[in-house]
Amino acid sequence: MMKEDIILKVEDISKQYRLGLIGTGTLNHDLNRWWCKIRGKEDPYLKIGETNDRAKKGTSSYVWGLRDINFEIRRGEILGIIGKNGAGKSTLLKVLSRVTSPTTGEIKMKGRIASLLEVGTGFHGEMTGRENVFLNGAILGMTKSEIASKIDDIIEFSGCHRYIDTPVKRYSSGMTVRLAFAVAAFLEPDILVIDEVLAVGDAEFQKKAIGKMQDISKGEGRTILFVSHNMASIQNLCTRVMLLDNGKIDIDGATDEVISYYLKKFRNKEVEQKLISRADRKGNGKLKFLDYWFENIKGEKINLIQSGLAYKMVLKVQNITTNNLKNIRISVGIDDDQSRRLTIFSNDLTNQVIEFKSVETKLVKIRIPAIPFQSGTYHFTLFASENQNISDWVINAGSFEVENGDFFNTGRIIESNQGYILIEHEFH
Amino acid sequence: MKEEEWLYTISSKKRLIDFNFKEIWRYKDLVLLFVKRDIVTVYKQTILGPLWYFVQPLLTSLIFTLIFNNLASIPTGNGMPPFLFNLAGITSWNYFKLCLTGTSNTFVKNQDIFGKVYFPRVVMPLSVVISNILKFGIQLLVFISFYIYFKYFTHSSTNALPQIEIVLLPIIIVLMGLLGLGFGMIISSMTTKYRDLTFLLTFAVQLLMYGSAVMYPISYFKEKLPNISWVVEYNPIAVIIETFRYITIGAGDFSLYKMLYVSLISVLVFLFGLIVFNKTEKSFIDTV
Repeated sequence: MMKEDIILKVEDISKQYRLGLIGTGTLNHDLNRWWCKIRGKEDPYLKIGETNDRAKKGTSSYVWGLRDINFEIRRGEILGIIGKNGAGKSTLLKVLSRVTSPTTGEIKMKGRIASLLEVGTGFHGEMTGRENVFLNGAILGMTKSEIASKIDDIIEFSGCHRYIDTPVKRYSSGMTVRLAFAVAAFLEPDILVIDEVLAVGDAEFQKKAIGKMQDISKGEGRTILFVSHNMASIQNLCTRVMLLDNGKIDIDGATDEVISYYLKKFRNKEVEQKLISRADRKGNGKLKFLDYWFENIKGEKINLIQSGLAYKMVLKVQNITTNNLKNIRISVGIDDDQSRRLTIFSNDLTNQVIEFKSVETKLVKIRIPAIPFQSGTYHFTLFASENQNISDWVINAGSFEVENGDFFNTGRIIESNQGYILIEHEFH
Repeated sequence: MKEEEWLYTISSKKRLIDFNFKEIWRYKDLVLLFVKRDIVTVYKQTILGPLWYFVQPLLTSLIFTLIFNNLASIPTGNGMPPFLFNLAGITSWNYFKLCLTGTSNTFVKNQDIFGKVYFPRVVMPLSVVISNILKFGIQLLVFISFYIYFKYFTHSSTNALPQIEIVLLPIIIVLMGLLGLGFGMIISSMTTKYRDLTFLLTFAVQLLMYGSAVMYPISYFKEKLPNISWVVEYNPIAVIIETFRYITIGAGDFSLYKMLYVSLISVLVFLFGLIVFNKTEKSFIDTV
């Protein structure tokens, strides 16, 4: 019974990409490939290729953007796809929506698939909103009569009624997105593919869009594939989540399970850089920062931080001297990725006393009840002083990555251009 | 369960001709909407607007008449107004040229949209050709008005008469469309990797015009340059333009064999273009 419900089946999909400049040697490789084909041999460039790890320098100029992807989707499922940048999420969606073809493997589907890779595709500035709805709808695979029967709903949903007969070039970018999403929302494919659309539009529209997506999948039994970096909307929408890493499926399962696995697993590479061996320190060296990490409330080491949740930052600090050290101040200054100081944690602000015995190594823990940062990368500077003398000072000692979590407990997030800091608030 | 019923299969394997007419038919509305977009938006925010459709061929014919007929005195035949002769050549040449240049950048020009949504890619060049047929129709009207003017309001066009072969006009339009589309698809497929062709094209189109009997009759070329007359004689576009001129105003020669030759070439070029285009559309987005 369950098997009949499978609407999409992906078998051994791989996708190879060529790195570097396409141009030099292209003709050469093409000829070589063609020569092998004539002799009935296998494509010589399919054998080479490395996993697609952006950070590591590879030796081959071919990489596998996707490697041996296998999964199935049942009708009505909302599958979230998460992963770091470059993990292969968008490539997978592109292959699924037939924008590009896989290097190997096969995809079978039982319904029409339509993608919403980026809304507003094919909008022409000189044409009116109404004309663009027709054109965009047709591009997405609707017929003229299908669109005509829905045009009123589409206009209503977009909230652009007043401007519908005005050329789109006069629209604000928000309005364009609304109109484009409206077209797509009234599209009736069996499988809808969405990539990061919800990052746009104002809050009211986002709510509408999420609601519409839930309607589509629950009420109308439509299947959705949803790619996002936004853990809040993934948590809110998806029934199942798949984590991609270096072009392979890392884990595929229930939403909460996969998200917490993801947050635990992905350590920022720079975090691993040994603080202990940093030479660019200032101060008299009586104290030394050896290491640092983050713990979640259960005391587990984690490396990806979700806004809104409680964490402990742990600093491993050693007293290099054989004296007992008193009157210690330890502080952590947090900077954003443009080196603007956002805030500072310091034991002299909280009036807590830290002392070190002779050659003692201590774990200094700083508890932060709810991470108030927008998603992004944050850097920090470590500072320790003893009796007002600087003992150790490491500028840019490390960084941490924050993912959007459910800070407001509503599944909603602040738009990325609306600041860096999240503050709990209530309206009365 | 052994063989399940799948609606679509996306596979890495490529067939030589993978032309799904049913699917293209399903996207017929899209073709029409693209045609509408092309026609409506070209001259938005211009003062003359659609008048530009008339201005360009008229001015070109005027200049050609001045340079090639008055200055270089290329004969256009007895009782054949040179202006009408040139206008016929330019009207048909323009149609071919627009089909070729319009389709030859299909992939590069539409990479944004192709990179996001799937629809049969051939819809794009197809709509370009259809909108060019409409533009050709407009220019044909201009040509007819001038024909009437020369015929009934001057005394110079004693011999300019449409021939019975004018019934072949639709075939000629289709053949030129196929040629333009075929070459356009080949070029657009190759430019995804080798951008050199874009530069070559503008240049080549200009040269091709001189080799396509636009401003001279084929017979005159044969008479003056007999050694290289094959360049024009076997150039399918030259044959089509000459035929167009013959059937509309009776200038030049007509040969059924040549027409068959051109038909064969056009169909071959079109089919080859289709194969290349199909091969490219699957993964051009990775190389474009």
